[in-house]
Amino acid sequence: MLDISPTEWTAIELSLRVATVATLVATPVGVAVAWLLARREFWGKALLDAFIHLPLVLPPVVTGYLLLLTFGRRGLIGAWLADHLGIVFAFRWTGAALACGIMSFPLLVRPIRLSIEAVDRRLEQAAATLGAAPWQVFVTVTLPLALPGVLAGMVLGFAKAIGEFGATITFVSNIPGETQVISSAIYSLIQTPDGDSAALRLVVVSILISTAALVASEWFARRALLRLHGI
Amino acid sequence: MLRVDVSKRLGGLTIEASFTSEGRVTGLFGASGAGKTSLINMIAGLSRPDRGIIAIDGETLDETATQTHVPVHRRRIGYVFQDLRLFPHFDVRQNLDYGRRMNRLAEDGVQQKRVTDMLDIGHLLDRRPGRLSGGERQRVALGRALLSQPRLLLLDEPLGSLDEERKEEILPYLVRLRDEAGIPMVYVSHDPSEMRKLATQIVMLRRGRVTAFGGAEILPVALAPA
Repeated sequence: MLDISPTEWTAIELSLRVATVATLVATPVGVAVAWLLARREFWGKALLDAFIHLPLVLPPVVTGYLLLLTFGRRGLIGAWLADHLGIVFAFRWTGAALACGIMSFPLLVRPIRLSIEAVDRRLEQAAATLGAAPWQVFVTVTLPLALPGVLAGMVLGFAKAIGEFGATITFVSNIPGETQVISSAIYSLIQTPDGDSAALRLVVVSILISTAALVASEWFARRALLRLHGI
Repeated sequence: MLRVDVSKRLGGLTIEASFTSEGRVTGLFGASGAGKTSLINMIAGLSRPDRGIIAIDGETLDETATQTHVPVHRRRIGYVFQDLRLFPHFDVRQNLDYGRRMNRLAEDGVQQKRVTDMLDIGHLLDRRPGRLSGGERQRVALGRALLSQPRLLLLDEPLGSLDEERKEEILPYLVRLRDEAGIPMVYVSHDPSEMRKLATQIVMLRRGRVTAFGGAEILPVALAPA
Protein backbone atom coordinates (compact mmCIF):
# COMPACT_ATOMS: atom_id res chain seq x y z
CA MET A 1 0.00 0.00 0.00
CA LEU A 2 2.60 2.50 1.14
CA ASP A 3 5.73 1.85 -0.87
CA ILE A 4 8.25 3.32 1.55
CA SER A 5 11.84 3.72 0.35
CA PRO A 6 14.91 2.92 2.52
CA THR A 7 15.70 6.66 2.97
CA GLU A 8 12.17 7.25 4.19
CA TRP A 9 12.40 4.29 6.57
CA THR A 10 15.60 5.75 7.96
CA ALA A 11 13.84 9.06 8.65
CA ILE A 12 10.89 7.26 10.29
CA GLU A 13 13.13 5.09 12.43
CA LEU A 14 15.19 8.11 13.43
CA SER A 15 12.08 10.11 14.34
CA LEU A 16 10.83 7.31 16.58
CA ARG A 17 14.23 6.91 18.20
CA VAL A 18 14.68 10.66 18.76
CA ALA A 19 11.17 11.12 20.19
CA THR A 20 11.39 8.01 22.40
CA VAL A 21 14.78 8.92 23.86
CA ALA A 22 13.73 12.55 24.33
CA THR A 23 10.55 11.50 26.16
CA LEU A 24 12.19 8.84 28.34
CA VAL A 25 15.02 11.15 29.43
CA ALA A 26 12.75 14.17 29.94
CA THR A 27 10.10 12.33 31.98
CA PRO A 28 12.00 11.88 35.28
CA VAL A 29 13.18 15.50 35.08
CA GLY A 30 9.65 16.58 34.21
CA VAL A 31 8.18 14.70 37.19
CA ALA A 32 10.71 16.30 39.54
CA VAL A 33 10.03 19.80 38.19
CA ALA A 34 6.27 19.22 38.24
CA TRP A 35 6.45 18.08 41.87
CA LEU A 36 8.51 21.14 42.82
CA LEU A 37 6.03 23.48 41.14
CA ALA A 38 3.00 21.68 42.57
CA ARG A 39 4.10 21.02 46.14
CA ARG A 40 6.89 23.36 47.17
CA GLU A 41 7.23 27.07 47.80
CA PHE A 42 10.70 28.44 47.13
CA TRP A 43 12.45 31.56 45.99
CA GLY A 44 12.51 31.84 42.19
CA LYS A 45 9.55 29.50 41.64
CA ALA A 46 7.90 31.94 39.23
CA LEU A 47 11.20 32.25 37.37
CA LEU A 48 11.58 28.49 37.02
CA ASP A 49 7.99 28.26 35.82
CA ALA A 50 8.61 30.95 33.21
CA PHE A 51 11.93 29.41 32.15
CA ILE A 52 10.51 25.96 31.38
CA HIS A 53 7.72 27.58 29.36
CA LEU A 54 10.13 29.58 27.21
CA PRO A 55 10.39 26.96 24.43
CA LEU A 56 6.62 27.20 24.02
CA VAL A 57 6.65 30.94 23.31
CA LEU A 58 10.07 31.53 21.73
CA PRO A 59 10.37 31.06 17.96
CA PRO A 60 11.75 27.48 17.59
CA VAL A 61 14.62 28.81 15.48
CA VAL A 62 15.69 30.94 18.47
CA THR A 63 15.68 27.94 20.79
CA GLY A 64 17.64 25.95 18.19
CA TYR A 65 20.20 28.71 17.83
CA LEU A 66 20.57 29.04 21.61
CA LEU A 67 21.14 25.29 21.77
CA LEU A 68 23.80 25.60 19.08
CA LEU A 69 25.50 28.35 21.10
CA THR A 70 25.48 26.39 24.36
CA PHE A 71 25.62 22.75 23.27
CA GLY A 72 27.54 23.17 19.98
CA ARG A 73 31.15 21.98 19.70
CA ARG A 74 32.41 25.36 20.86
CA GLY A 75 29.51 26.10 23.15
CA LEU A 76 30.12 26.47 26.88
CA ILE A 77 28.46 23.20 27.86
CA GLY A 78 28.98 21.42 24.52
CA ALA A 79 32.77 21.84 24.60
CA TRP A 80 32.99 20.60 28.18
CA LEU A 81 30.79 17.56 27.48
CA ALA A 82 32.81 16.68 24.36
CA ASP A 83 36.18 17.05 26.13
CA HIS A 84 35.32 15.32 29.40
CA LEU A 85 32.57 12.84 28.65
CA GLY A 86 32.89 12.42 24.89
CA ILE A 87 29.23 13.39 24.44
CA VAL A 88 28.62 15.37 21.26
CA PHE A 89 25.24 16.85 20.41
CA ALA A 90 25.93 19.07 17.42
CA PHE A 91 24.81 17.51 14.11
CA ARG A 92 24.10 14.17 15.75
CA TRP A 93 20.80 12.40 16.39
CA THR A 94 21.45 12.88 20.13
CA GLY A 95 21.30 16.63 19.47
CA ALA A 96 17.93 16.15 17.79
CA ALA A 97 16.77 14.29 20.90
CA LEU A 98 18.03 17.14 23.10
CA ALA A 99 16.23 19.75 20.98
CA CYS A 100 13.02 17.69 20.98
CA GLY A 101 13.26 17.06 24.72
CA ILE A 102 13.57 20.77 25.45
CA MET A 103 10.87 21.83 22.98
CA SER A 104 8.40 19.29 24.35
CA PHE A 105 9.30 19.85 28.04
CA PRO A 106 6.56 22.42 28.83
CA LEU A 107 3.92 20.14 27.29
CA LEU A 108 5.28 17.20 29.25
CA VAL A 109 5.37 19.03 32.59
CA ARG A 110 1.96 20.66 32.53
CA PRO A 111 -0.33 17.59 32.80
CA ILE A 112 2.01 16.03 35.37
CA ARG A 113 1.91 19.16 37.48
CA LEU A 114 -1.87 19.40 37.28
CA SER A 115 -2.30 15.77 38.25
CA ILE A 116 0.08 16.09 41.21
CA GLU A 117 -1.83 19.17 42.36
CA ALA A 118 -5.01 17.10 42.14
CA VAL A 119 -3.69 14.34 44.41
CA ASP A 120 -5.50 14.56 47.75
CA ARG A 121 -2.97 15.82 50.29
CA ARG A 122 -4.99 14.21 53.05
CA LEU A 123 -3.93 10.82 51.66
CA GLU A 124 -0.31 11.97 51.80
CA GLN A 125 -0.81 12.98 55.44
CA ALA A 126 -2.36 9.60 56.20
CA ALA A 127 0.68 7.90 54.67
CA ALA A 128 2.98 9.98 56.88
CA THR A 129 1.08 8.99 60.04
CA LEU A 130 1.62 5.36 59.03
CA GLY A 131 5.37 5.94 59.03
CA ALA A 132 6.13 6.87 55.42
CA ALA A 133 9.02 9.30 54.95
CA PRO A 134 8.40 12.09 52.40
CA TRP A 135 10.11 10.19 49.55
CA GLN A 136 8.09 7.06 50.40
CA VAL A 137 4.89 9.11 50.36
CA PHE A 138 5.84 10.33 46.90
CA VAL A 139 6.65 6.88 45.51
CA THR A 140 3.72 4.97 47.05
CA VAL A 141 0.93 7.56 47.04
CA THR A 142 1.56 10.74 45.04
CA LEU A 143 3.13 9.20 41.94
CA PRO A 144 0.71 6.27 41.50
CA LEU A 145 -2.26 8.60 41.92
CA ALA A 146 -0.77 11.11 39.46
CA LEU A 147 -0.02 8.37 36.93
CA PRO A 148 -2.71 9.35 34.40
CA GLY A 149 -1.19 12.82 34.23
CA VAL A 150 2.32 11.41 33.85
CA LEU A 151 1.20 9.23 30.94
CA ALA A 152 -0.72 12.12 29.35
CA GLY A 153 2.37 14.30 29.65
CA MET A 154 4.56 11.60 28.11
CA VAL A 155 2.24 11.14 25.14
CA LEU A 156 1.89 14.87 24.61
CA GLY A 157 5.67 15.27 24.84
CA PHE A 158 6.23 12.36 22.46
CA ALA A 159 3.77 13.78 19.91
CA LYS A 160 5.43 17.19 20.12
CA ALA A 161 8.88 15.57 19.75
CA ILE A 162 7.78 13.64 16.66
CA GLY A 163 6.55 16.86 15.08
CA GLU A 164 9.44 19.11 16.14
CA PHE A 165 11.08 20.86 13.22
CA GLY A 166 12.40 24.37 13.75
CA ALA A 167 14.74 23.94 16.71
CA THR A 168 15.96 20.57 15.47
CA ILE A 169 16.89 21.70 11.96
CA THR A 170 18.60 24.82 13.36
CA PHE A 171 20.63 22.87 15.93
CA VAL A 172 21.52 19.64 14.12
CA SER A 173 20.67 20.46 10.49
CA ASN A 174 19.06 18.01 8.08
CA ILE A 175 21.55 15.22 7.39
CA PRO A 176 19.99 12.07 5.90
CA GLY A 177 20.73 9.06 8.09
CA GLU A 178 21.98 11.15 11.00
CA THR A 179 19.61 14.00 11.81
CA GLN A 180 16.93 13.87 9.12
CA VAL A 181 13.66 13.06 10.89
CA ILE A 182 10.21 12.78 9.34
CA SER A 183 9.44 16.48 9.40
CA SER A 184 12.78 17.58 7.98
CA ALA A 185 12.55 14.81 5.36
CA ILE A 186 9.14 16.12 4.30
CA TYR A 187 10.61 19.62 4.16
CA SER A 188 13.41 18.43 1.86
CA LEU A 189 11.06 16.37 -0.32
CA ILE A 190 8.62 19.16 -1.03
CA GLN A 191 11.50 21.28 -2.26
CA THR A 192 12.62 18.48 -4.60
CA PRO A 193 11.02 18.03 -8.05
CA ASP A 194 8.94 14.79 -8.04
CA GLY A 195 9.19 14.62 -4.25
CA ASP A 196 5.45 14.99 -3.73
CA SER A 197 4.47 11.33 -3.53
CA ALA A 198 7.30 10.54 -1.09
CA ALA A 199 6.33 13.56 1.01
CA LEU A 200 2.71 12.32 1.07
CA ARG A 201 3.80 8.87 2.23
CA LEU A 202 5.65 10.43 5.15
CA VAL A 203 2.66 12.64 5.92
CA VAL A 204 0.48 9.51 6.18
CA VAL A 205 3.06 7.84 8.44
CA SER A 206 3.24 10.83 10.75
CA ILE A 207 -0.55 10.93 11.01
CA LEU A 208 -0.54 7.22 11.89
CA ILE A 209 2.10 7.63 14.60
CA SER A 210 0.33 10.59 16.19
CA THR A 211 -3.03 8.82 16.17
CA ALA A 212 -1.52 5.68 17.69
CA ALA A 213 0.04 7.79 20.45
CA LEU A 214 -3.30 9.40 21.28
CA VAL A 215 -5.13 6.07 21.34
CA ALA A 216 -2.45 4.60 23.61
CA SER A 217 -2.68 7.51 26.02
CA GLU A 218 -6.47 7.22 26.16
CA TRP A 219 -6.16 3.52 26.97
CA PHE A 220 -3.61 4.13 29.74
CA ALA A 221 -5.62 6.99 31.21
CA ARG A 222 -8.75 4.83 31.36
CA ARG A 223 -6.97 2.03 33.19
CA ALA A 224 -5.41 4.47 35.62
CA LEU A 225 -8.76 6.10 36.34
CA LEU A 226 -10.26 2.78 37.36
CA ARG A 227 -7.45 2.38 39.87
CA LEU A 228 -7.99 5.87 41.23
CA HIS A 229 -11.60 5.27 42.10
CA GLY A 230 -10.63 2.32 44.21
CA ILE A 231 -12.77 -0.17 42.35
CA MET B 1 1.53 8.87 79.47
CA LEU B 2 0.46 11.71 77.22
CA ARG B 3 1.37 15.24 78.12
CA VAL B 4 -0.04 18.15 76.15
CA ASP B 5 0.50 21.81 76.97
CA VAL B 6 0.08 23.91 73.85
CA SER B 7 -1.30 27.07 72.42
CA LYS B 8 -2.05 27.85 68.82
CA ARG B 9 -3.99 30.52 67.00
CA LEU B 10 -6.18 29.29 64.18
CA GLY B 11 -8.18 32.06 62.55
CA GLY B 12 -10.83 33.05 65.08
CA LEU B 13 -10.06 30.22 67.49
CA THR B 14 -7.22 30.18 70.01
CA ILE B 15 -6.34 26.80 71.40
CA GLU B 16 -4.94 26.86 74.92
CA ALA B 17 -4.94 23.30 76.13
CA SER B 18 -3.05 21.64 78.91
CA PHE B 19 -3.59 18.15 80.30
CA THR B 20 -1.71 15.01 81.26
CA SER B 21 -3.43 11.69 80.80
CA GLU B 22 -2.49 8.21 81.95
CA GLY B 23 -5.73 6.72 80.75
CA ARG B 24 -6.04 3.81 78.37
CA VAL B 25 -8.55 5.88 76.46
CA THR B 26 -8.36 9.63 76.77
CA GLY B 27 -11.62 11.12 75.55
CA LEU B 28 -11.49 14.54 73.94
CA PHE B 29 -15.01 15.78 74.36
CA GLY B 30 -16.55 18.97 73.02
CA ALA B 31 -18.90 20.52 70.50
CA SER B 32 -17.83 20.85 66.90
CA GLY B 33 -15.52 23.83 66.55
CA ALA B 34 -14.10 23.35 70.04
CA GLY B 35 -10.69 22.55 68.55
CA LYS B 36 -10.64 18.77 69.08
CA THR B 37 -9.34 17.88 65.63
CA SER B 38 -6.82 20.75 65.67
CA LEU B 39 -5.50 19.41 68.94
CA ILE B 40 -4.99 15.84 67.75
CA ASN B 41 -3.47 17.13 64.50
CA MET B 42 -0.82 18.72 66.71
CA ILE B 43 -0.33 15.46 68.62
CA ALA B 44 0.08 13.64 65.29
CA GLY B 45 2.59 16.28 64.15
CA LEU B 46 0.49 17.41 61.18
CA SER B 47 0.56 20.95 62.54
CA ARG B 48 2.89 22.65 64.96
CA PRO B 49 1.88 24.50 68.13
CA ASP B 50 2.76 28.19 68.37
CA ARG B 51 4.03 27.50 71.85
CA GLY B 52 4.23 24.55 74.18
CA ILE B 53 5.13 20.92 74.70
CA ILE B 54 3.79 17.57 73.53
CA ALA B 55 5.34 14.44 75.04
CA ILE B 56 4.55 10.72 75.15
CA ASP B 57 6.02 8.44 77.79
CA GLY B 58 8.71 11.02 78.54
CA GLU B 59 9.74 11.47 74.91
CA THR B 60 9.32 15.03 73.75
CA LEU B 61 7.69 15.27 70.34
CA ASP B 62 7.24 19.02 70.24
CA GLU B 63 8.88 21.67 72.33
CA THR B 64 8.81 25.17 70.93
CA ALA B 65 11.38 26.47 73.46
CA THR B 66 14.04 24.13 72.02
CA GLN B 67 12.56 24.11 68.50
CA THR B 68 11.97 20.37 68.78
CA HIS B 69 9.57 18.92 66.24
CA VAL B 70 9.62 15.21 65.51
CA PRO B 71 8.29 14.76 61.94
CA VAL B 72 4.97 12.96 61.49
CA HIS B 73 6.44 9.76 60.06
CA ARG B 74 8.81 9.25 63.02
CA ARG B 75 6.20 9.71 65.76
CA ARG B 76 4.67 6.23 65.61
CA ILE B 77 1.25 7.68 66.32
CA GLY B 78 -1.59 5.97 64.49
CA TYR B 79 -4.42 8.18 63.28
CA VAL B 80 -7.87 7.08 62.21
CA PHE B 81 -9.16 10.14 60.39
CA GLN B 82 -12.77 11.18 60.43
CA ASP B 83 -12.78 10.84 56.63
CA LEU B 84 -10.79 7.56 56.87
CA ARG B 85 -8.44 8.28 53.94
CA LEU B 86 -7.98 4.71 52.73
CA PHE B 87 -5.64 4.51 49.74
CA PRO B 88 -7.91 4.12 46.69
CA HIS B 89 -5.22 2.53 44.54
CA PHE B 90 -4.49 -0.28 47.00
CA ASP B 91 -6.71 -3.19 47.95
CA VAL B 92 -7.58 -3.82 51.59
CA ARG B 93 -4.62 -6.14 52.09
CA GLN B 94 -2.18 -3.51 50.80
CA ASN B 95 -3.85 -0.79 52.87
CA LEU B 96 -3.48 -2.93 56.00
CA ASP B 97 0.12 -3.79 55.18
CA TYR B 98 1.17 -0.22 54.36
CA GLY B 99 2.42 0.80 57.81
CA ARG B 100 4.43 -2.39 58.22
CA ARG B 101 6.13 -1.87 54.84
CA MET B 102 6.92 1.79 55.47
CA ASN B 103 8.37 1.05 58.91
CA ARG B 104 10.26 -1.96 57.51
CA LEU B 105 8.82 -4.21 60.20
CA ALA B 106 9.09 -7.96 59.79
CA GLU B 107 5.98 -9.68 58.49
CA ASP B 108 3.94 -10.87 61.44
CA GLY B 109 1.18 -13.22 60.33
CA VAL B 110 -0.05 -13.81 63.87
CA GLN B 111 -0.50 -10.12 64.60
CA GLN B 112 -2.13 -9.57 61.23
CA LYS B 113 -4.57 -12.41 61.79
CA ARG B 114 -5.35 -11.17 65.28
CA VAL B 115 -6.25 -7.71 63.98
CA THR B 116 -8.20 -8.90 60.94
CA ASP B 117 -10.12 -11.36 63.17
CA MET B 118 -10.78 -8.76 65.82
CA LEU B 119 -12.21 -6.38 63.20
CA ASP B 120 -13.85 -9.06 61.04
CA ILE B 121 -12.21 -7.92 57.83
CA GLY B 122 -10.48 -11.14 56.76
CA HIS B 123 -12.99 -11.70 53.94
CA LEU B 124 -12.41 -8.21 52.49
CA LEU B 125 -8.68 -8.43 51.85
CA ASP B 126 -8.83 -8.55 48.05
CA ARG B 127 -11.33 -5.71 47.65
CA ARG B 128 -10.62 -2.10 46.78
CA PRO B 129 -11.91 0.56 49.21
CA GLY B 130 -14.43 1.68 46.56
CA ARG B 131 -16.19 -1.66 46.95
CA LEU B 132 -16.62 -1.51 50.75
CA SER B 133 -19.57 -0.36 52.84
CA GLY B 134 -19.17 2.54 55.29
CA GLY B 135 -18.79 0.26 58.30
CA GLU B 136 -16.29 -1.97 56.50
CA ARG B 137 -14.19 1.05 55.52
CA GLN B 138 -14.20 2.20 59.13
CA ARG B 139 -12.92 -1.18 60.31
CA VAL B 140 -10.23 -1.31 57.62
CA ALA B 141 -9.05 2.19 58.64
CA LEU B 142 -8.83 0.99 62.25
CA GLY B 143 -6.90 -2.10 61.19
CA ARG B 144 -4.52 -0.11 59.03
CA ALA B 145 -3.63 2.22 61.91
CA LEU B 146 -3.29 -0.68 64.38
CA LEU B 147 -0.98 -2.71 62.14
CA SER B 148 1.50 0.15 61.84
CA GLN B 149 2.23 -0.73 65.51
CA PRO B 150 1.73 2.74 66.96
CA ARG B 151 2.44 3.64 70.55
CA LEU B 152 -0.64 5.85 70.60
CA LEU B 153 -3.80 5.72 68.50
CA LEU B 154 -5.78 8.82 67.62
CA LEU B 155 -9.42 8.28 66.72
CA ASP B 156 -11.26 11.29 65.31
CA GLU B 157 -15.03 10.83 65.59
CA PRO B 158 -14.82 7.25 64.33
CA LEU B 159 -18.59 6.92 64.55
CA GLY B 160 -19.39 10.45 63.40
CA SER B 161 -20.19 9.68 59.78
CA LEU B 162 -22.24 6.53 60.49
CA ASP B 163 -25.97 6.13 61.02
CA GLU B 164 -27.29 4.67 64.30
CA GLU B 165 -27.31 1.11 63.03
CA ARG B 166 -23.70 1.31 61.81
CA LYS B 167 -22.63 2.92 65.09
CA GLU B 168 -23.98 -0.08 66.96
CA GLU B 169 -22.07 -2.25 64.49
CA ILE B 170 -18.70 -0.52 65.11
CA LEU B 171 -18.91 0.23 68.82
CA PRO B 172 -18.20 -3.35 69.98
CA TYR B 173 -15.03 -3.36 67.86
CA LEU B 174 -13.85 -0.18 69.57
CA VAL B 175 -14.49 -1.72 72.99
CA ARG B 176 -12.52 -4.77 71.92
CA LEU B 177 -9.78 -2.53 70.63
CA ARG B 178 -9.57 -0.80 73.99
CA ASP B 179 -9.51 -4.05 75.96
CA GLU B 180 -7.38 -6.24 73.70
CA ALA B 181 -5.01 -4.14 71.62
CA GLY B 182 -3.08 -2.66 74.53
CA ILE B 183 -2.43 0.62 72.74
CA PRO B 184 -3.36 3.85 74.51
CA MET B 185 -5.90 5.87 72.56
CA VAL B 186 -7.15 9.41 72.25
CA TYR B 187 -10.80 9.28 71.36
CA VAL B 188 -12.41 12.39 69.89
CA SER B 189 -16.19 12.74 70.01
CA HIS B 190 -19.02 15.15 70.66
CA ASP B 191 -21.29 12.33 71.85
CA PRO B 192 -21.51 11.85 75.66
CA SER B 193 -22.79 8.28 75.38
CA GLU B 194 -19.76 7.23 73.31
CA MET B 195 -17.54 8.84 75.92
CA ARG B 196 -19.25 6.90 78.70
CA LYS B 197 -18.81 3.63 76.88
CA LEU B 198 -15.18 4.05 75.85
CA ALA B 199 -13.20 6.75 77.64
CA THR B 200 -11.33 6.12 80.86
CA GLN B 201 -10.33 9.77 81.27
CA ILE B 202 -12.09 12.71 79.72
CA VAL B 203 -10.80 16.11 78.64
CA MET B 204 -13.62 18.55 78.06
CA LEU B 205 -12.87 21.22 75.46
CA ARG B 206 -14.78 24.42 74.89
CA ARG B 207 -13.67 27.06 72.39
CA GLY B 208 -10.12 25.75 72.43
CA ARG B 209 -9.78 25.60 76.22
CA VAL B 210 -9.89 22.71 78.66
CA THR B 211 -12.87 23.33 80.92
CA ALA B 212 -12.90 20.06 82.83
CA PHE B 213 -10.82 16.91 83.27
CA GLY B 214 -11.82 13.68 84.92
CA GLY B 215 -14.07 10.65 84.67
CA ALA B 216 -17.55 10.20 83.22
CA GLU B 217 -19.01 12.39 86.01
CA ILE B 218 -17.89 15.54 84.17
CA LEU B 219 -20.08 14.71 81.17
CA PRO B 220 -23.40 16.49 80.75
CA VAL B 221 -26.27 14.49 82.21
CA ALA B 222 -28.14 12.55 79.54
CA LEU B 223 -31.57 14.02 78.84
CA ALA B 224 -33.25 10.69 78.37
CA PRO B 225 -32.21 7.28 79.63
CA ALA B 226 -30.42 5.35 76.91
